[in-house]
Amino acid sequence: MSQAEFDALIDADERIEPDDWMPDDYRKTLVRQIAQHAHSEIIGMQPEGEWITRAPSLHRKAILTAKVQDEAGHGMYLYGAAESLGVDRAELLDRLHNKTQKYSSIFNYETPEWADVGAIGWLVDGAAIANQVPLCRCSYGPYGRAMVRICKEESFHQRQGFQIMLTLSEGTPEQKAMAQRALNRWWWPSIMMFGPPDTDSPNTTRSMAWGIKRYTNDELRQQFVDATVPQAELLGLAVPDPDLVWNEERGHYDFGEPDWDEFATMVKGEGEIPDLRISTRRNAHAEGEWVREAAVAYAEKQQQRERVA
Amino acid sequence: MNAAWPLWEVFVRARRGLSHTHVGSVHAADGETALQAARDLFTRRQEGVSLWVVPSADIVASDPSAEAELFEPAADKAYRFPTSYVLPADVDHM
Repeated sequence: MSQAEFDALIDADERIEPDDWMPDDYRKTLVRQIAQHAHSEIIGMQPEGEWITRAPSLHRKAILTAKVQDEAGHGMYLYGAAESLGVDRAELLDRLHNKTQKYSSIFNYETPEWADVGAIGWLVDGAAIANQVPLCRCSYGPYGRAMVRICKEESFHQRQGFQIMLTLSEGTPEQKAMAQRALNRWWWPSIMMFGPPDTDSPNTTRSMAWGIKRYTNDELRQQFVDATVPQAELLGLAVPDPDLVWNEERGHYDFGEPDWDEFATMVKGEGEIPDLRISTRRNAHAEGEWVREAAVAYAEKQQQRERVA
Repeated sequence: MNAAWPLWEVFVRARRGLSHTHVGSVHAADGETALQAARDLFTRRQEGVSLWVVPSADIVASDPSAEAELFEPAADKAYRFPTSYVLPADVDHM
């Protein structure tokens, strides 16, 4: 294949598959994006995982365990998609551990209360779904296929979160107040999950030309706000944005500007929580080393036995 | 057909964007001729745009008698499905 054939496939909205020729920058962009996505899935296990032992019932523990297990699975689907581009999974993990690749800064916020688990499912997974549904049509086949699986599973994640928020909102005044605090904590970080505004997102145009991205950050952000505000009203909770108002003319909600300085600070990944996330990950990896070694030793022994037999 | 030719499992990608799907098997002396045989046998009517052949002997399969212990535990975990969360009628887009 050549550049011309690649361009023709992209223009026809066809998919690119691993054995196809592709421009170096297309490959690099995908590796960076898919790796960051995979890292986010497995780091995302931590803030919610902290709540498994403290979930308020056996049923909620089972649900949360299943959700955290899904996040691990999503990481595996995505590392697999990245590997189809010729990179090595161990190297990607090294780059997460030595901070030369990033994960979503949304996982650098704290989860001090049970309602945070609800808000994460409802808002963070809701924003992730808004981002990920168009990625099912990504021009790179293995990434799109991984996203189809992931989106199917995310639906349960968002619903269980919303249901936690609904239960708390219909509960005692203290429970409802806790739900409101969680909404206050997670609203703006969720809004910022869509990335910088279009005017400040230099890679968007190229990613859209390549069919990796289908909508701009601001388009997806608007879509998320429009879908989520009525849900907050249904919960009887107040969205912490004084500028939020329905715009009849546009047929969309107008909303305020996030604190982009905070976003820039969070993206840097410096501070106590990012250090904790990475050290937890590094420790888990290091503590699993003997298991990986033992599995290889066992497999070798079995092969020797088969040869002898 | 020479019985000494090993068996190869054949996977066809119906079109770009879809996974390769198992369609059957062929006997062939090596991978190259297995691809040719698979092309003739399984893609005479534009069934696909890409073929994989894998030596059947290299496939490690789960034990059919272990079906229950492997797959039934998922049945009592209804909470993994979005449908087990009843939402108010006014909530769409979720």
